[in-house]
Amino acid sequence: MSAPENRVPFDLRSPDERDYFARWGNGLVVVLPPRKPGPTEWGRGGPPHGGTWIHVGEDGKARAFTGKVEVGQGTRTALSLLVAEELRLPLSSVELTMGDTDLSPWDIGTFGSRSMPDAGEHLRLAATAARNALLEMAATSLGVARSELEISEGRLRTKGNAGSRAVGYGDLVKGLRRIDTVDPATQPTPASEWALAGHPTTNLGAREIVTGARQYVSDLRIPGMYHGRVLHPPSYGARLRRVDLSAALAIPGVIGVHEGGFVAVAAPDLLNARAASKALRAEWETAPQPAEREIVEYLRRHPAECEDFWDVVHHVVGDADAALASAPVQLHATYTTAYIAHVPMETHAVLASWEGERLTVWAGTQTPFRTRDALSDAFELPPGNVRVIVPATGCGFGGKHAAELAVGAARLARAAGHPVRIVYTREEEFTHAYFRPMAVIDISSGSEPDGTLTAWRFHNLNAGSAAARIPYTVPNQRIDNQPAASPLPQGSYRALAATANNFARESHIDEIATRVGADPVEYRLRHLADDRLSAVLRAVAQRAGWQARPARSAKDHTRAAGQGIAVGLEKGGRVATFAEVRVHADGRLEVARIVTGFECGAIVHPANLRNQVEGGTVMALGGALFEAIHFDHGRILNPRLSEYRVPRFRDVPPIEVILLDRPDLPSQGAGETPLIAVAPAIANAICDATGHRLRSLPLAPDGTVPEVDPSDRRN
Amino acid sequence: MPNAAERAGEPYFPMTSIDLKPRAGTLSRIRVNGIDRPVAIEPDRSLLVALREELGLVGTKYGCGEGECGACKVLLDGVAVRACITPLGEAIGRSVTTIEGLAMGDRLHPVQQAFLDAGAFQCGFCTPGMIVSVTSLLSRTPRPSEEEIVAALNGNVCRCGGYLRILDAIRRVSVGSSAVEKGSP
Repeated sequence: MSAPENRVPFDLRSPDERDYFARWGNGLVVVLPPRKPGPTEWGRGGPPHGGTWIHVGEDGKARAFTGKVEVGQGTRTALSLLVAEELRLPLSSVELTMGDTDLSPWDIGTFGSRSMPDAGEHLRLAATAARNALLEMAATSLGVARSELEISEGRLRTKGNAGSRAVGYGDLVKGLRRIDTVDPATQPTPASEWALAGHPTTNLGAREIVTGARQYVSDLRIPGMYHGRVLHPPSYGARLRRVDLSAALAIPGVIGVHEGGFVAVAAPDLLNARAASKALRAEWETAPQPAEREIVEYLRRHPAECEDFWDVVHHVVGDADAALASAPVQLHATYTTAYIAHVPMETHAVLASWEGERLTVWAGTQTPFRTRDALSDAFELPPGNVRVIVPATGCGFGGKHAAELAVGAARLARAAGHPVRIVYTREEEFTHAYFRPMAVIDISSGSEPDGTLTAWRFHNLNAGSAAARIPYTVPNQRIDNQPAASPLPQGSYRALAATANNFARESHIDEIATRVGADPVEYRLRHLADDRLSAVLRAVAQRAGWQARPARSAKDHTRAAGQGIAVGLEKGGRVATFAEVRVHADGRLEVARIVTGFECGAIVHPANLRNQVEGGTVMALGGALFEAIHFDHGRILNPRLSEYRVPRFRDVPPIEVILLDRPDLPSQGAGETPLIAVAPAIANAICDATGHRLRSLPLAPDGTVPEVDPSDRRN
Repeated sequence: MPNAAERAGEPYFPMTSIDLKPRAGTLSRIRVNGIDRPVAIEPDRSLLVALREELGLVGTKYGCGEGECGACKVLLDGVAVRACITPLGEAIGRSVTTIEGLAMGDRLHPVQQAFLDAGAFQCGFCTPGMIVSVTSLLSRTPRPSEEEIVAALNGNVCRCGGYLRILDAIRRVSVGSSAVEKGSP
């Protein structure tokens, strides 16, 4: 952690004004230009991006840069592999800087499964362009044609054994200070020809993890550092009426800040900082908030303006109303999902340090550039005076987007005249971050007596549009979503709306199959319009040993065991999940087996992909079976790990993962889509076993299957 | 510990049990990773605060502060304990081993090596506590059954959901240790 230097961040300078060479020595720099934000590009050409740059130095190493961050999803290794592949370097010769606003290209944030398709593609292009330039330089230097050269391990040599001559990257760039721009015609190596990517690799930094040497944000410490704590309201919407800091300030070393509604204390040691926050005397004015039992009705009564215009879907094909009215088979149902918490293993952590008017913040955040902007706004500093660095961070899951804590730590640090670190307690993490939004989803479907879908009306309230579109062929569709004024703070979450929308749709598809007596797998294959998704479904059905059968109905639910299947198509990935459950005589639900198939184009890092699919499946089990935030009038009732259940060893069934590699297709993200078919597969399996259709997540909050779904009771 | 309903109505200061009063400056000594170390806090403070804040041994993690997640596990005389709910006083006169004390120089402890070989981590934040728990389990039960593994590790949360890889790591190291037993005279 060297002291911040007085410089302009790379992303705020033009490519030829950056001091690459002062920093990393002579070499070749290749720059992929940014794509500026523009209204036409949102939702079409993809989000804006900051491009990338790669420096190949006299030491023969490549330094690559991305604004994406590593929070455990393994992208540091996967992205480095792509650079190493194109530059024909060993993985150890690639140094990837991630999430440092002084050095990294501008980035919108690490979310939406965009690291591989965006940053991965940018790095591939830049690395390929760098390799082409080095090839050209070697051809000139050795006096041969480019086609006579081959490259491995960062060395270019003439083909054939007789009189072979060679030159390394380091020699080629000796004394060089050259900046190239990526030629738009640059063609990266096809995945089918990869020698390094796509093959087994150990994750970078693995040794530091197993020895405890890896320093996470909450482990960082700099000389003179204080520990900070922020005063939080006792319930949402509560306003601070008055606060008395005198008892807190009487504790040795404690400083306090009270600016408007912001109250915080800091002390040179953690113990006194904690004691000081405990000694704050505050009076609050609470605001009326709904009770948990009335939440569905509350959300229906409180529609909100759309804040995120790219996150709204209004998809109309044909005339869904007319087709529904005339359909021989009509089904209407409402599905809900609970508010749930991210529960990152490492709670929110920030370290802020001032040097004059320059601010450096180390933060466990998924949005370093947005955090830089928030700090620059809060302190009226030019963005170039703020540096945000994202060190190793223990989990994100979409829960670490807010900049509020970084601003708080910086305020405290300025008042203290010392660097300040704030690490949330687990209770703060539960109560003062934000939640996965609750979803209320209404579906009406119309079909022919043989089950052929003719009408599909799908409406998501409050949770968003991801994966709301239907992957099945339906001639008449109306699909839309409506934001609501949620009484609890809500925000991004791993596979957020896709989990809810997929749960509703895939449950409903089974309900139709049940009604018309169709086999759930055959019924899906009959309607699927996406060959890749069909292939994944077939692979899973085969591995699971699926026997074609009509879906069971309430009349013949004598068996205690059931099987269910569901599919999902989202963020470029295709997933199918099979679940087998047992419902014991006392109602206890046991998930006996999971088979998940996943396809996301060309596989870059197979072991990491398997980790993502297995881990995502386990995380999805929590939301499917028992995770739920309980609240009453703005107060969180279960803000502890002893009160909020997350999946543990005992909850994990045998999980079989099938990875379908498609080297002919671009690599897509894998952090989210593997989660989205788990809940509906289990709900379908429960219905197969018991005849009860459960339409609310979590399915078995106390570990047992409810006799009647609460949503049925409501209807 | 009162639940939220019992806490309702009182001002909400989120934090847990044993580290709430101002520092008194008492001096204690504990033996950590084979070395006697002075710590300037009282014996009723948590061992976790002593290790992380006083001794800078930050490989041991804070996860929940109530003994529910296992991220803070260390070995006390070879047995895994949750440092966040263990008073420092309980460790006085006994031997504490943290994740930093498991490897012999550059040579990883077999459990660390097994986690490395199995790729049994994602964000890695729970990994030190997992490795400590597995080390404790295998020292008493070198070839644990599935049920014994689950019982020993159910108190360790991996929110990345890496349980299957962790089980794989345990299988590697428990098979390895029995193979060593077979090979020895």
